[in-house]
Amino acid sequence: MSDETPNPDKDLSAQNLPGQRGDHGEEVRVQRGMFGAQSGADTSGYGGLVRSVRLPGPASRPYGGWFDEVADELEGALEEQGLVPGNAIERTVVDRGELTFHIEREHLVRVARTLRDDPALRFELCTGVSGVHYPGDKGRELHAVYHLRSLTHGRLIRLEVSAPDADPHVPSLVAVYPTNDWHEREAYDFFGIVFDGHPALTRIMMPDDWQGHPQRKDYPLGGIAVEYKGAQIPAPDQRRSYS
Amino acid sequence: MGLEEKLPSGFLLTTVEQAAGWVRKSSVFPATFGLACCAIEMMTTGAGRYDLARFGMEVFRGSPRQADLMIVAGRVSQKMAPVLRQVYDQMPNPKWVISMGVCASSGGMFNNYAIVQGVDHIVPVDIYLPGCPPRPEMLMDAILKLHQKIQTSKLGVNAAEAAREAEEAALKALPTIEMKGLLR
Amino acid sequence: MTTPSASARETTEGTVYTVTGGDWDEVVRSAAKADDERIVVNMGPQHPSTHGVLRLILEIDGETVTEARCGIGYLHTGIEKNLEYRTWTQGTTFVTRMDYLTSFYNETAYCLGVEKLLGITDQVPDRASVIRVLLMELNRLSSHLVCIATGGMELGATTIMIYGFRDREMILDLYELITGLRMNHAFIRPGGLAQDLPPGAVDAVREFVRTMRKNLPEYDKLATGNPIFKARMQDVGHLDLTGCMALGATGPILRSAGLPHDLRKTDPYCGYETYDFEVPTADSCDAYGRFLVRLEEMRQSLRIVEQCLDRLEPGPVMVGDKKIAWPAQLALGPDGLGNSLDHIKKIMGTSMEALIHHFKLVTEGFRVPPGQAYVAVESPKGELGVHVVSDGGTRPFRVHYRDPSFTNLQAMAAMCEGGQVADVIVAVASIDPVMGGVDR
Repeated sequence: MSDETPNPDKDLSAQNLPGQRGDHGEEVRVQRGMFGAQSGADTSGYGGLVRSVRLPGPASRPYGGWFDEVADELEGALEEQGLVPGNAIERTVVDRGELTFHIEREHLVRVARTLRDDPALRFELCTGVSGVHYPGDKGRELHAVYHLRSLTHGRLIRLEVSAPDADPHVPSLVAVYPTNDWHEREAYDFFGIVFDGHPALTRIMMPDDWQGHPQRKDYPLGGIAVEYKGAQIPAPDQRRSYS
Repeated sequence: MGLEEKLPSGFLLTTVEQAAGWVRKSSVFPATFGLACCAIEMMTTGAGRYDLARFGMEVFRGSPRQADLMIVAGRVSQKMAPVLRQVYDQMPNPKWVISMGVCASSGGMFNNYAIVQGVDHIVPVDIYLPGCPPRPEMLMDAILKLHQKIQTSKLGVNAAEAAREAEEAALKALPTIEMKGLLR
Repeated sequence: MTTPSASARETTEGTVYTVTGGDWDEVVRSAAKADDERIVVNMGPQHPSTHGVLRLILEIDGETVTEARCGIGYLHTGIEKNLEYRTWTQGTTFVTRMDYLTSFYNETAYCLGVEKLLGITDQVPDRASVIRVLLMELNRLSSHLVCIATGGMELGATTIMIYGFRDREMILDLYELITGLRMNHAFIRPGGLAQDLPPGAVDAVREFVRTMRKNLPEYDKLATGNPIFKARMQDVGHLDLTGCMALGATGPILRSAGLPHDLRKTDPYCGYETYDFEVPTADSCDAYGRFLVRLEEMRQSLRIVEQCLDRLEPGPVMVGDKKIAWPAQLALGPDGLGNSLDHIKKIMGTSMEALIHHFKLVTEGFRVPPGQAYVAVESPKGELGVHVVSDGGTRPFRVHYRDPSFTNLQAMAAMCEGGQVADVIVAVASIDPVMGGVDR
């Protein structure tokens, strides 16, 4: 965040409010106040502050480097299969030197299979799925993020799929990438994302009879207060925070 | 040992308690209960440089039924807790437990949904060993302290009496939250 | 009840039942007729040779494993969730405890991720990168040593275990000299390192490289040509390239199948492209090949360590940006390691800005612009990837580790099914899973 940093936020005169992105990008949350004060006892003057937290938004062509090549190839290959690329690929994000395709969930398997099989793409290695829970991103709270690596071409891309909390279903990629077996079970265990078509979607980390999905944002950390001589320190999620 | 050469008239007087304690402490068989980082330090303690064999306990038993010491080395998850208790129940009496490292002792930095906040919720602990992970020297110190405890432990009626006294003392003890003084 | 299951007669002691009938005769007869000895064996989670708290569920027909499944999660620590309640810098303290045998890799991967989000990847000083590489390669040595040592122990070869721990102990001494701790260092921080190398560290590492060069051939003498060792390892835990790719196996497992894929070469970080080293492979796809690959990797790591020592130039080990650089200058005081008195005097007495930065960074931490990043490093076990998401706050929004042990352990079933029970141990040991990394 120094002056010479090539920071996407820099030009938005947001020195005093880091993380501000103007009205660009995708809003995932609205934050009120600052310094974590919620009780109204905030004397800092920032108590009434309202700002939206925005993730990087869609990029426009050219994406730069090999990104265009991959995007072209993918769109071409999808068209060959009679799929309108605009329907399958919600948007393409280029941020911090990484290429992200946001995919409509019903087309995920097709896209992944294309990415794996097309000789010009050849993303042979899937590094698993990482769930992210954005409770403020209404209608698309649960995100499943896949990173695909091409050993042939030495490339790395990211696929992102979202599902609402009310209907947490995402198609399983186990048929395309068998390595996703445990990864999807993990994402199910921690986030409650149901991967349709997974051969045995059961809990993997938590005990079988565990209630809830512990790494969702609405699941408490579950720590207990620690007693010292004459003092008590609340659990990490109960303490005052600065977010 | 040469001990027998120094006995003035060929015999030695002691109490049954001391003799039993001496015998017990001299051949403690630890069960392998390695869980996390501390388990690696526990293995290191058994290996060449620190050489736990000097204290007559280099043989870590694979089966709990042959062991009388459980070194809980690492964080105990909610999923592991029933397993740990079962292993403890399978060990024959008398048995002792060393809670190795802060995670086993109190949950440590992992104050969250997954970790049991102290293995003493599940099994009685004789020695709490701090550190993350404790050095092998610290583990050896804990083991030597446990040896001392075993040596001086009581038998039969005396043991019941000692347990009653410990219980009374614990009931009278000041809760941590009411203690005064520095935070340590 | 149509047929009485037991005949009863009255005696002075009460009713006595004679249980003969029912359908038990039939059940016993049919059980005897089925000639297979199919049993299900539960191994672990507390077993001396399952590499930590791994649970194996094996379906056995005689001595042959017909089906093998893993039960994991017995060491699930919730580290990823805990990270969301700590500042970005405090995160290193948590991630270092994931795969506790490859601490420096966890830390580096996490810090590279945070640096990518901050956009300061290019500003990390050279000296910090060189020391990161140095520590990572030492870590590769110590991790492989534990793998070979415990793998040997699980085969019953106790000597190799003593050798492995002997050499690892020397590396731990170096860690202790450099970071102050034997394990779980939290030494690599977003933006650089916690502090510079202490005096004497370079000489100590050089001395170690000399000793290790002498000790490494002992493993060859002890194991490589040993007929018993070979008989136990060769053609055991077979997983070919197709299997590796499908199951996402990386690291020594992939390289033992003949593909020289190494992120240090294909997707370099920390300046690995400037170091001279080779990526060893084997073509046997078995546990023995993995052993040979690991042994050769240790030699290559020693080469890299030497190159690091040669290119260490004096300079800072933390980015210049005072809004990110952790403001501590540690020194040994009367009550242990802490902030140096000179530094405290300076920030308290003469520099208002330094005091403000110190206060803000320690209590609040720095903010990271929203977005996500994926960074992967080649850990001794394979591709260690970190997916870091920020929402612009002072704490991570989500950190996910793609741990190589977790992914590679999936290959256990493919390696073991159809083999002998005794070979399961060899196959699992050749994967080298560390449950701290698997379960996180």
